[in-house]
Amino acid sequence: MARTGVIICHCGSNIASVVDVERVALAAGQMPGVTYAATNKYTCSISGQDMIKQAIAEHELDRLVIASCTPRMHETTFRKMLTKTSINPYMLEIANIREQCSWVHTDKEKATEKAIDLVHMAVAKVLKDQPLFTSSIPVHKKCLVVGGGIAGIQAALDVAEAGYEVTLVEREPSIGGKMVMLDKTFPTLDCSACISTPKMAEAGAHPNIRLMTSCEISAVTGYIGNFQVTIRQKPRYVNHDTCTGCGLCEEKCPTKVTNLFDQSLSKRKAIYKLFPQAVPAKPVIDSEHCTMLKSGKCGLCSKLCPLGCINFEDQEDFITETFGAIVLATGYDLIDWAKAYPEYGGGKYANVISGLQFERLVNASGPTEGHIQRPGDGAEPKTVVIVKCVGSRDPAKAKAYCSRACCMYAAKHAHQILEKIEGSKVYVFYIDVRTPGKGYEEFYDKTRADGAVYIRGRVSKIYEEGGKLICKGEDTLIGKQVAVEADMVVLETAMEPAHGSTETAATAGVSADKDGWLTEAHPKLRPVETQTAGVYLCGTAQGPKDIPDTVAQASAAAAKVLGLLAKDELETSPMISVVDAPKCSGCGFCEQVCPVKAISMVDVPSMYNGKRVTRTVAQVNSGLCSGCGACSAACRTGCIDLLGFTNKQILEEVDALWQE
Amino acid sequence: MAEKNLSSLSAANAVRIEALADSIGAKLHECYQCGKCTAGCPMAGSMDLMPRQVIRHLQLGLLDEALHSRAPWICATCYTCSARCPHDVPISELMEAVRQQAERAGIRPIRRSHLFTKYFLLPLKWFGKNHELTLTMFYNLASGRVLQHFSYLPAMLKGSKLKIFPARVKNREAVRRLMENCEREAERI
Amino acid sequence: MKYSYFPGCGMEATGIEYAKSLAFVNRAIGVEFIEIDDWNCCGATAGHSTSHELGMALPARNLALSEQQRPGMPIVVPCASCYSRMKYALQAAQGSENEKLSRLIGMPVSGAAEIVSIMEAYSDPVAAEAIKAAIKKPLDGLKVACYYGCLYTRPPKVTGMENCEDPQAMDELVRLTGAACVDWAFKTECCGAGHHVDLPAESKPLLYKIYKNARANGAQAIITACPMCMMNLDMRQGAVNMAYGEDFDLPVYFLTELLAVAMGAGFGECGVATHFHPAKKLLQNLINNKEVV
Repeated sequence: MARTGVIICHCGSNIASVVDVERVALAAGQMPGVTYAATNKYTCSISGQDMIKQAIAEHELDRLVIASCTPRMHETTFRKMLTKTSINPYMLEIANIREQCSWVHTDKEKATEKAIDLVHMAVAKVLKDQPLFTSSIPVHKKCLVVGGGIAGIQAALDVAEAGYEVTLVEREPSIGGKMVMLDKTFPTLDCSACISTPKMAEAGAHPNIRLMTSCEISAVTGYIGNFQVTIRQKPRYVNHDTCTGCGLCEEKCPTKVTNLFDQSLSKRKAIYKLFPQAVPAKPVIDSEHCTMLKSGKCGLCSKLCPLGCINFEDQEDFITETFGAIVLATGYDLIDWAKAYPEYGGGKYANVISGLQFERLVNASGPTEGHIQRPGDGAEPKTVVIVKCVGSRDPAKAKAYCSRACCMYAAKHAHQILEKIEGSKVYVFYIDVRTPGKGYEEFYDKTRADGAVYIRGRVSKIYEEGGKLICKGEDTLIGKQVAVEADMVVLETAMEPAHGSTETAATAGVSADKDGWLTEAHPKLRPVETQTAGVYLCGTAQGPKDIPDTVAQASAAAAKVLGLLAKDELETSPMISVVDAPKCSGCGFCEQVCPVKAISMVDVPSMYNGKRVTRTVAQVNSGLCSGCGACSAACRTGCIDLLGFTNKQILEEVDALWQE
Repeated sequence: MAEKNLSSLSAANAVRIEALADSIGAKLHECYQCGKCTAGCPMAGSMDLMPRQVIRHLQLGLLDEALHSRAPWICATCYTCSARCPHDVPISELMEAVRQQAERAGIRPIRRSHLFTKYFLLPLKWFGKNHELTLTMFYNLASGRVLQHFSYLPAMLKGSKLKIFPARVKNREAVRRLMENCEREAERI
Repeated sequence: MKYSYFPGCGMEATGIEYAKSLAFVNRAIGVEFIEIDDWNCCGATAGHSTSHELGMALPARNLALSEQQRPGMPIVVPCASCYSRMKYALQAAQGSENEKLSRLIGMPVSGAAEIVSIMEAYSDPVAAEAIKAAIKKPLDGLKVACYYGCLYTRPPKVTGMENCEDPQAMDELVRLTGAACVDWAFKTECCGAGHHVDLPAESKPLLYKIYKNARANGAQAIITACPMCMMNLDMRQGAVNMAYGEDFDLPVYFLTELLAVAMGAGFGECGVATHFHPAKKLLQNLINNKEVV
């Protein structure tokens, strides 16, 4: 005879204010198989757990039902508690009477009745529970980092420094990401390249880090501790094993191409290094523009290369490796503002530029060697308008969210213009100034002291007349229309997830929100984990943020990776599917519906009418099975059961609902 | 200017404002006062309250101030504000709703605009079509601007741009009934 | 090609040149506009600023009449203000207000027919081809600014216009005549025509900015497809010049006038002769110079 204990949690007043917990306990005490029923104010607390342990010992309980919050919250807590008792941790059922009852109902009477029903169902199920035992799988002590911006570099360095191997995959020909494009960083105004290139070099030279540039993730299988990842190496047409990076090829290449690293403000060659400090410091050929690859003419680089590194026959390559952990650091792009804002000229005015273009203009290694010159005619702008929130906080035209970094870099841009151009005037159109960071508000104060004029209002229109860019706004603080005749306009545009990042994340089983930012496991308590165990995220892949936050999050992700890689083995959940092979008809439907490819069809010897035959049946790989139950639901003969959620258990629960 | 005691505003006020916003599907809370509407408004230079401020008054519950503003009457209903609003607030439509409510309450901050509408609709009710000459005669007399647009008369006559006799709808009764139905419907609301 | 036609009150009075030139172009390209029998005024600004109901019901009666007389035939509307009102009424008739509208106008209305502007009607590939074929006196050398104004473009959820800041339909039609269209910043800015009776002074700064930007971008003339805009831009140019001490000389043409002239119409025949601001000379010189060459 089963001896079930039932604990009804008050959850402070969260449950008890709506559900009459004493009445639920009383009713539970009457249910068949229940030996003990009681309430507790905070069941998850130490004292709450102690009370349960005591009851188990005192009443010789052999299974437990806890009616409390969602099992997502404390199932693990209670299972852990049970390991210190005589009860198997899987002889536990949780009835969710908070999220699914007290929080969503106001009628106390009906809520109490519903809570009793939920407890009744859980008791019915627990009576059919069987003890389950975990097994363990080895951890492959190697980490994959996807994305070689500052987030990916930081995460890779942290993991590598702890002594584990890291592969850092970057789709561009060099690591560095967006940070290396920037000139100075707020609020300290230290040179972005000066602080990021040493990190790039360190990552490039670290004995534990393998850089894979011009690479993308094409497939991920497996599970935490054991991911099999296929990496696509795009053809580079230059043998990086022999190339010394002398630069002769780039110098002599006759084909000029728009330089996207310089935000289209300059030209580069068809064989090129992404930027002078690129890591690896070796060139690649841009197959879209190389005339040799396009039409078989030229080949100058190949003729000039003293070491014969050029290989026009280079093909893409696929490499499959095993990793224990994956970090997604796929970063951001800026929105295509020209499409969203025709009222700002829609891109037809050369001197209306984006913030990132400004960064290249003001950068000493940029196309103007740091001289702020208008792209239209090279003249030095005397009056500059900076427009914030272009695409941010604008659900009608682009994004509803705040891009978080723009307020500060707008202030930085204003400061840089006022510093570099004598007698210049800067007008910053803003809606709110958001400076929640160390030293940020002080930086904003300083920018105003420098002479930047802040105007509270969104610019309605920008047009060119008489060689000036006329910006029409309202100063909402005086309630009057204002216009500024500017020589140049800088639009601080919204961030959006890097193109292709949601697809890459989906490959690794990570989902994204409606805007495409990758979803963390919990916004507050598990900010760098994802719903897929063993896959972590950091930086702007998760949402807009500035460099300090990005780096902090990267190190947080690395800490999580280290926690995983430090283990030799991982416990696996015993709640997986099992096949009752004699009943299996071998139809293979379960194999098709399994999302993690844990089911395969195998031939087994069998007897039929006294003869030896071979039958095809389903087999579950317990390492891969995630316990989703899709196979069980799909099985036509009912021969697959999910342990902990067997068909019998579920039917008992349903039956209990209809019993008076 | 006298202090506005926001906590003393009546609940009825809030209900009227909500009804006004609801009638055109506007969600007043969505406006975060960025001023892009005003920035692009062709008529803002002549307004006593900026379009943004009209919304602000409604957000705060200051209905009377909005109803007495000249701004909704000066609005040219060009929809530039609505088209550029980051939160898709139908500002043009809101200005119009405020004006309609003021008109019904007998508040006419710009009498000439009231007269224009009145004498535009008069020949419309008679003939079913607009008649510039009737409109101009009535309007000029009522507004005291007897000679307004007089200088354009010769050129208009020469180019046959002015019809002496109004064009008329055959079924004038139908148009008249339509207009009366609308008056009744508007009053009901 | 046939369209049900809602001319609007302006076409019978101040927009008479529009009506004349429209008829000429239609004859030349074989497009037929069939006037809705017994149509009434759309109410314009006075209608919708009086009440939502009046603003919807007046144009809705015209929709209903057209549906009755020529079911399903698209309705062409040559005035921006009428076009806007008809589009609003169409949306209302297609939506939850259908029943109320039918009750107010005393007849059923379904909102089944499409509402198109002159630009939309002529941009149809067949019509555009016919226009191209009918050009006899190309206007190359002429640089114009296409002025769309407010109500053909905004609000985009009513007009359905994709780029309401920089529309192109009129520019494309004008280019068929050989004339060049300048890229300018005021093609959809309001000219204030709605207030031409009650607040006429208010439109002066608006017009001034429009003329100024058109001239700054090298336009010799302004093209419009709306009788209200035409009246304002054409009639008040002298007053704006006086008020601002300027000497703008920007003849304003209806799109159809420009097309008609390029198709060989006489100035009197298509209306160019009777504008407030002299409009004959520019085109006359252009055509004469070519004939000399």
